[in-house]
Amino acid sequence: MTAREGYKVVAKRPSTLLDKRMHYCPGCFHSTVHKLMMELVEEMEIQDKIVGVCPVGCSVFAYEYMNIDMQEAAHGRAAAVATGVKRMLPDKLVFSYQGDGDLAAIGTAETIHACNRGENFTFIFINNGIYGMTGGQMAPTTLEGQRTSTSPYGRDVAKVGYPLRMAEMVANFEGVAYSQRVTCTNPAETRRCKRAIKKAFEMQMKGLGTTFIEVASNCPSGWKCTPEESVTWIEDKMLPYFPLGVFKDVTKKEKKAEA
Amino acid sequence: MARKGYVEIDTEGCKGCNLCVLHCPTDVLELKTSDTNSYGLHYAVMVNEEACNGCMNCSLVCPDAAITVYRQAS
Repeated sequence: MTAREGYKVVAKRPSTLLDKRMHYCPGCFHSTVHKLMMELVEEMEIQDKIVGVCPVGCSVFAYEYMNIDMQEAAHGRAAAVATGVKRMLPDKLVFSYQGDGDLAAIGTAETIHACNRGENFTFIFINNGIYGMTGGQMAPTTLEGQRTSTSPYGRDVAKVGYPLRMAEMVANFEGVAYSQRVTCTNPAETRRCKRAIKKAFEMQMKGLGTTFIEVASNCPSGWKCTPEESVTWIEDKMLPYFPLGVFKDVTKKEKKAEA
Repeated sequence: MARKGYVEIDTEGCKGCNLCVLHCPTDVLELKTSDTNSYGLHYAVMVNEEACNGCMNCSLVCPDAAITVYRQAS
């Protein structure tokens, strides 16, 4: 498509995102984060340096859309696979792209130990509080009282415990250099999300340690609502329990120590 | 003078999530509910082109990267 006379293109589909229709439901933040990451790859010119690790979950086919080197991992083991990739190819930029069923449920041990070892790769954690792919079952991050197909009367914390706050939890580990929770509910937050991922990649390039970006995400199909309602639901229900912000940043600490 | 712009929407790529319509500050976009694309989904169209200032909010929030934004070259 060519621009009309006197006009120039200011935003378009990134060339690093393959020209293929994504299988995600309308309004899903998985696709938004895919797009933001591929824009970053294009802007930072790291297409030949970056290696991604796909999880099992809705984003299992992420390698079909991102025009970069990718490796599929067994369910929950993306952190272990990313560890291996990074140790063998230390000059590559490695990230694992995981959902909450993958990172916070079956893969909790891999995640925690990779963070504790300070493995120098980036976690992109999509937290939508539900198992989206398998039909909207309760996940460890499901909010108290939230109705899912396996908690039809709402999550009862007396029986199944409280939702896991992963970004806060991994911030406690010595090996973690950066931990932040972002969201994509509006243009300003979407820009902040992109900046956070960029910062994580830059810190990884400097070899500072594990970087962890949690995206408070939606699941319109699993939550049984429209994409617009899901955005409102994130802002009203999810963000009070999963607050946005930076939970750890070693570069800031260094600055404070100097001053 | 206000900045001018316009958008092009890939109607086959659009899934009709309505997020661009929700976040457009100048109400340029609208979901066309009278028609569907080949996937059977409604798609967003530009209805108020004069008001578009090329702010890129729509392309930023579009999950399927279906929006190209053009802005008047200064």
